[in-house]
Amino acid sequence: MSDVLRMEGLRVEARGGRVLVDDVDLSLSKGEVLGLIGESGAGKSTLGLAALAYARPGCRITGGSILLGGVDLCALDAAGRRAIRGTRVAYLAQSAAAAFNPAIRIGAQVCEGPIRHGLMSPKAAQAHAVELFTALDLPQPQEFGSRYPHQVSGGQLQRAMTAMAIACRPEVLVLDEPTTALDVTTQIDVLVMLKRIIARYDMSALYVSHDLAVIAQIADRIMVLRHGRCVESGPTAQVLSAPRTDYARALIAERRAPESVTGVSTANAPGAPPPPPLLEVHDLHVGHAGQPIVKAVAFTLARGETLAIVGESGSGKTTLANAICGQTAASVGRLHFAGEPLAAHFSARGREQLRRIQLVLQSPDIALNPRHSIDLILGRPLRFYFGLRDTALRSRVAELLLLVGLNPDLASRTPGQLSGGQKQRICIARALAARPDLIVCDEITSALDPLVAEDILVLLRRLQAELGTAYLFITHDLGSVRRIADRVLVMRQGSIVTLGSTADVLTRPAHPYLRKLLASQPQMRAGWLEEVLAAR
Amino acid sequence: MKAPALRRLLVRRLLFGLLSLLVVSALLFFATNLLPGDVATALLGQQATPESLLRLRLELGLDQPAWLRYVHWFIRLLHGDFGTSLASGRSVVSELLPRLGNTLILAAVAGAIAVPLSVGLGLISAMREGGLVDRALSLLCVLTISTPEFLLGYVLIGAFAIELGWLPSLAVISPGMTLLERAAAITLPVCTLVLVVMAHMLRMTRASVLSVMAAPYVEMAYLKGLRRSTVILRHALPNSAAPIIAVVTLNLGYLVVGVVVVEVVFVYPGAGQLLVDAVAKRDLPLVQACGLIFAAIYIALNVTADMLALWASPRLRHETLRHET
Amino acid sequence: MKPRGMRTDTAGSPRRPWSLYIGAGGVILLVGSALLAPWIAPYAEGQFVGGVWDLPSAASWLGTDNDGRDMLTRVLFGTRTTVSIALLATVLALAVGIGFGVVAGAVGGWLDELLSRCVDILLAIPVLISALIVLSVLGTSTPVLIGTIGLLEATRVYVVARAVARSVNVQPFVQVARLRGEALPWIIGRELLPNAAGPLIAEGGLRFCFIFLFIASLSFLGLGIQPPTADLGSMVRENAQAINFGLMAPLYPAAAIALLTAGINLVVDWLLAAQSRPHGHGIEL
Repeated sequence: MSDVLRMEGLRVEARGGRVLVDDVDLSLSKGEVLGLIGESGAGKSTLGLAALAYARPGCRITGGSILLGGVDLCALDAAGRRAIRGTRVAYLAQSAAAAFNPAIRIGAQVCEGPIRHGLMSPKAAQAHAVELFTALDLPQPQEFGSRYPHQVSGGQLQRAMTAMAIACRPEVLVLDEPTTALDVTTQIDVLVMLKRIIARYDMSALYVSHDLAVIAQIADRIMVLRHGRCVESGPTAQVLSAPRTDYARALIAERRAPESVTGVSTANAPGAPPPPPLLEVHDLHVGHAGQPIVKAVAFTLARGETLAIVGESGSGKTTLANAICGQTAASVGRLHFAGEPLAAHFSARGREQLRRIQLVLQSPDIALNPRHSIDLILGRPLRFYFGLRDTALRSRVAELLLLVGLNPDLASRTPGQLSGGQKQRICIARALAARPDLIVCDEITSALDPLVAEDILVLLRRLQAELGTAYLFITHDLGSVRRIADRVLVMRQGSIVTLGSTADVLTRPAHPYLRKLLASQPQMRAGWLEEVLAAR
Repeated sequence: MKAPALRRLLVRRLLFGLLSLLVVSALLFFATNLLPGDVATALLGQQATPESLLRLRLELGLDQPAWLRYVHWFIRLLHGDFGTSLASGRSVVSELLPRLGNTLILAAVAGAIAVPLSVGLGLISAMREGGLVDRALSLLCVLTISTPEFLLGYVLIGAFAIELGWLPSLAVISPGMTLLERAAAITLPVCTLVLVVMAHMLRMTRASVLSVMAAPYVEMAYLKGLRRSTVILRHALPNSAAPIIAVVTLNLGYLVVGVVVVEVVFVYPGAGQLLVDAVAKRDLPLVQACGLIFAAIYIALNVTADMLALWASPRLRHETLRHET
Repeated sequence: MKPRGMRTDTAGSPRRPWSLYIGAGGVILLVGSALLAPWIAPYAEGQFVGGVWDLPSAASWLGTDNDGRDMLTRVLFGTRTTVSIALLATVLALAVGIGFGVVAGAVGGWLDELLSRCVDILLAIPVLISALIVLSVLGTSTPVLIGTIGLLEATRVYVVARAVARSVNVQPFVQVARLRGEALPWIIGRELLPNAAGPLIAEGGLRFCFIFLFIASLSFLGLGIQPPTADLGSMVRENAQAINFGLMAPLYPAAAIALLTAGINLVVDWLLAAQSRPHGHGIEL
């Protein structure tokens, strides 16, 4: 058996009998990277943790075997399991900030593994840590270990976390969505670093992710998971080019789609005078605690149009959306809505203006009052703005539910009983209840699974065609921009980089930052990562 | 070298404590001077004649406006003159000082035993969460918290003093006693006090440690292969030090309240007993002085708790400029 | 990696430990029998039935007290008195504390600052001391007792109510309601309070316990409810000397106090644990 890690018939259950991993077989050979792909709830993290013979509190490994180099981890006692964690199998968490203890110095935490497992003396461990810091290109490797986690930047902390994981020279690395929370431009650096480390120390790796394109770049083999079961597995190239199951096909198609679609064309009758803009923003500056966050932003939005505002973290796009909704305290500049001036703060705006601009937020779990039923959530704006009651109210609520593609029976439920996609549709329905002219969508698909997000985008397009609502679509994902936006506004560190039609901006990028952004979007074809590196 | 942010916070907290003390003294003064009717009449009662009333009013300075009286009173306080007890005629300071000493001894001994015991047992509870020791201690804590101090006191008296006859039932301290006799006399009161505060400190310590245990870096520590005791002592404890210190100090303040009842149960000659008697007899200067002392100790302990908690917070201790990518 | 806090409770299933049933049972038993005291007590409240500190007998199940009255009757009526007064004071504390606390948490700004500073100063004084001061000045009648304790404890409730209101206030669904143009009554009444109910109920239970114990302690010190009204705290004081004779007399009223408080504590513990448990969110995979 040349397999470094082998799982047979693995079964993990949660308290109450829910099955998280259902009879999964997995094999990992030396030096191989296996990508675990699936949506949330698929069981990929649970599977990854099982490689360390660990189950989260409330879960138990109830069946099957986990063979690490021939030794069954399930048969080991607690001490035996502790012995292999960190030394033979190591875990890299999603968030570096969460993995480090804020009260202990970085160096001490990196050395902790080797020292506690008796592999090195404290002095040797320290020297080893400095070596690792150097190999990972961390600044001032000699002194880096004496810092505390909050004293270093996010990117540096991520490398430190990698150092901590490989400190004991494990055979297997479990990488749990290490790039999910990062900006696209940083993602590449991290992917490259991980590839290098894996190759250099001759490790095998389990790479957990929900992003097929990322996995395509780093994994040798792919395993597709759904509801705790392995749906498909095989070499990367084979799975991506010739998927055998429908589910895998759907995932691949969804991820590939943006590479072909080049934006929605605006249906403007040629020769007709351009209609008056719905929203006008002139010279908007927003600051906080003396720091400027949005600098001199100006644009217009026409009726029935979709304008995407794109940027990475720190670009100011969310603040811009907040300013338009009237939630920022310190903003300077002129805003006009349908020809009328728009006050900077919502408390100074009239009810009609508040009605005509609606907001849908990123996380539907917390955007809905858990104690309200759906008919109250949808009914309230109807009553508040239009004075609807009783039968008229109920029938309108049913209409709204049908409009967003939901069953009217859901009116009596509470948000806790709905899925993520359903909840986001309710949020959209709530916005529509006010019959707005403009809906500000603040990263509304970022927290959803790719297939669910795709459905939401389709819904939004349909609604726009039927109702003529304009959208201000805030996002960091260029893929959704291609699918929904007429025009794009790209922001960087508070200023506008580019503003133009989707087709223009994305196919003929003028600004270097935009070119870098576009180039950083991971593609599924083999060798893309190497191309990007060579181009730098 | 403390970071400037931390220093600022500490100073602010200290100033706020002093302000509270000032307000407390004002409240005390004005509250005790709000008696319906006239103070002088109330004091002289049956012996009041117009002349004696007038004399007493002048003597007490009652002809002056209230705020002026407060200022005078405050200044006298700062000089150590707390006035004269109405019941005994002696100076308040001479009444209060020896008893205050007794109270402080009682509280200090109780604190010195309770703190290490509670924190230690709280840690053990957290380490063996859900185990037999943890559940037994949990139950014991609920019972102790629910039991009024006087019940605890009487149960202990009933068990150890009456039934077993090991210890005296009254904590009578007289100057000529030996150290051993003193120790025997205060054993039961100290035990009662320890039980009173131990439950709170134990539960809070356990809760603080367990809530830190839910942090992601603790899971990371397990995934590095560390054993539970190492994880708790090396990873959880430094991060729960701040809330534990805060709880401990707050409960020491709680001792201030508990000590009053315990002194009455055991007839211990302390400041608590004095306060209760003074209130019953409406001996206002004594009530003011005792109240002020107790409040001052309580405020001082609270401020210390806050300051220690701030100082122990890892983030604030090492705050420097963050470097952004 | 999201933090996982699956609390392991005391024995029994994590959802309904047996301690909950014992606690709830004890509370219902004690409060119920106390409220029904005039109808179920064997004798009238002040009736003399025997000698001083008689031992328990068929005529007198718990024996007699220091004046020869039936102990069981006195305990029932005493519980009734103390519980009623504690309940009234608790209602006052909750009404004032939650009223001001939720408004301060929802509105913020200078109102919040002002109220919070005042409350901080009041909090700095131990309740016993402030109560003693006020009682020494105003006397120890029942309305004064209820008012004093209610208002002093209201400060503690204020802190909790404000914290809960603030934590709900920053939730996006409240932000959405605000952006709609909803006025403060709707925000507080329909958005904040329904989501604050859990922690506030638990706090209410804890407050009742503190207040109940506090009143008993005050009466024990002779400064609370005055005789001849039956009250648990003063009963302990009156019967205290019996301990010296090895008699259990003062332990009956004291035990009634302890059992009621313990019962409420067990129920509140379960309530708090039920809230901190994740509400069936999908386990992070």
